[in-house]
Order: sequence, then structure tokens, then C-alpha cells
Amino acid sequence: MKINITKIIIFSFVIFSLCIFWVGLKKTKNYDTKNLIGSRISNFQLNEINNIDQYISEEDLKKNKFTLINFFASWCAPCRAEHKYLLNLLNEGKKIKIIGINFKDKKINAINFLEELGNPYNFVGQDLKGKFSILFGIYGIPESILIDSNLIIIKKFVGPIDQIQYNEILKLIQ
Amino acid sequence: MKINFFFIITYIFITTATHSSDNQIKLLEVYKNLRCLVCQGQSIADSNSDFAATIKLVVQDQFNDGKTEDEIYKFLTSKYGEWIVYQPAFSKNNFLLWTLPYAVLIFGGFLIFLLVRKTKHNRVN
Repeated sequence: MKINITKIIIFSFVIFSLCIFWVGLKKTKNYDTKNLIGSRISNFQLNEINNIDQYISEEDLKKNKFTLINFFASWCAPCRAEHKYLLNLLNEGKKIKIIGINFKDKKINAINFLEELGNPYNFVGQDLKGKFSILFGIYGIPESILIDSNLIIIKKFVGPIDQIQYNEILKLIQ
Repeated sequence: MKINFFFIITYIFITTATHSSDNQIKLLEVYKNLRCLVCQGQSIADSNSDFAATIKLVVQDQFNDGKTEDEIYKFLTSKYGEWIVYQPAFSKNNFLLWTLPYAVLIFGGFLIFLLVRKTKHNRVN
């Protein structure tokens, strides 16, 4: 009888382990930004790329109904691809302001990039060493973060903004 | 006088070197417990990627600001999720991860005890 109990315990344990394996295998463990959505941004102070005495802070962002914070660089090919969608967002007027953060880039290259493709940004800041990007959970560019006037992150776009994401932004800011 | 001066300089040099190497060891420990999110199975300490370089700078800054290891992990977890730390903090979501090895150990020990006792019992009979 004792052996039977031991066997039952071992059998249950094996089944339990298999269940854990099964659940574990079905779970995707890739990095995602779900936990940042709904959180409030803080310690935001960004210097202007051309004039380091000029900066934008949380107080300035609170004045906007919606703000799209976009990380870009002249060396980033997908940033070129998404640029036209950012320019299109300019048509939305006062509904949304776009803050561009130049990521690990040379100032002159960033300026040339914006001269060549057009400047969709209401403010362009510089993140020379990339430290600022950590505040937004960035791990590669382009990435964009949509926040509301309460500085709450509504949506995070990892990778270049395409037509689908552009439409999604329009829907979210309505 | 000269000898005293020599000893003072040596003392300052040794203390500074030891302090700085202690900090380097602590930093390395933190880097080792952070996962490089853009690499395949590498820690921040192992990786030379751009992402790892940025995380190292941020950790260094926070460390110099006097933040503790736990505060640094908490900050990075708030930005990148639990996935960034190799050794996640104990919570209701991962209590099995922490307790199961001990439970298995105790269960295994109990099983061995039962088997040994049974074998002994059979031998006596």
C-alpha cells in the first residue's frame, strides 16, 4: 500500500512537471513593452539639438493633448521609411505634437537628415549616449511612444511606423 | 619626512585602487545579472552590443549616484520588465520558480529515506 502511495506521488509529480513544461513552451518570453503602457513618464528634460540652453520638460508636454516621442537617427534606414508618416501627422495640427529624439548620432548628420527628408518635429532633442532612451524602455530604433496630456504612455511602437500604425495613431488621438 | 610622504602616497594609492576594483567587481556582478535583450543568450557583461553599452552607462551612473543593486534592478525592471534580470525578485508570479527546487530536494530526500528504510526492513526480515 505504501509503495502505491509513493508511485502515485511520483506519477503526480511527473504529470505536474510535464504541465509546467507545456505551459512554459507555449509562453512567449520575448521582450515586450506591455508593462510600460499605462505608466507615467517622469524625469523628462530634453535639450534642444541646436541649442543646449533650450530644453523641453514634463510641464511642456502636459500642454499637448497628445505627444508622439520618436527616437530616430540618420544612420537608421527604417527611420527613413517611417519619416513620411511622421510628416503626414503634421496635418493633424494641434491634436498631436511630435518630439524627435536624435539617438547616438552626430549633430550635423541629424540636421542634414531633417533637411533632406523634412522636419516633422515640434522639438528635436539629442540623446548622444543613449541614456535617455532607457527611460522609455528603448532597445533599438526607430521606436515611438504616444503619450497623453497626463504623461501616460498610451501606446509604444517598436520598429518603423507604417500605414497600419499611422492609422492606429489617428484613431487613438481622435 | 620623505619616508612618511612616501608611505602616505602609497596608502592613498592602494586605498583608491582597492576601492575602485571593489566597485568594478560590484558593477560586473550587476551586469552579469542583466540580460542583453537584443542578443542571443548573452548577459550585459558578455555583450558588446550598443544596447549593452547603454545599459552599462546607465548602471554606472546610478551606481555612482549611490543607488543600491536592488534599486538599479527595480528601475530597469520598470522599463524593460522582469525579463531583463536573470534572477527575478520573489513574487506571487514566480514563487514556484523559487520554491520548487527546495520542494523537490525535500521530496527526493524523503523518497530516499523511505527506500533506504524499506531496504533495511527487508534485509532484517
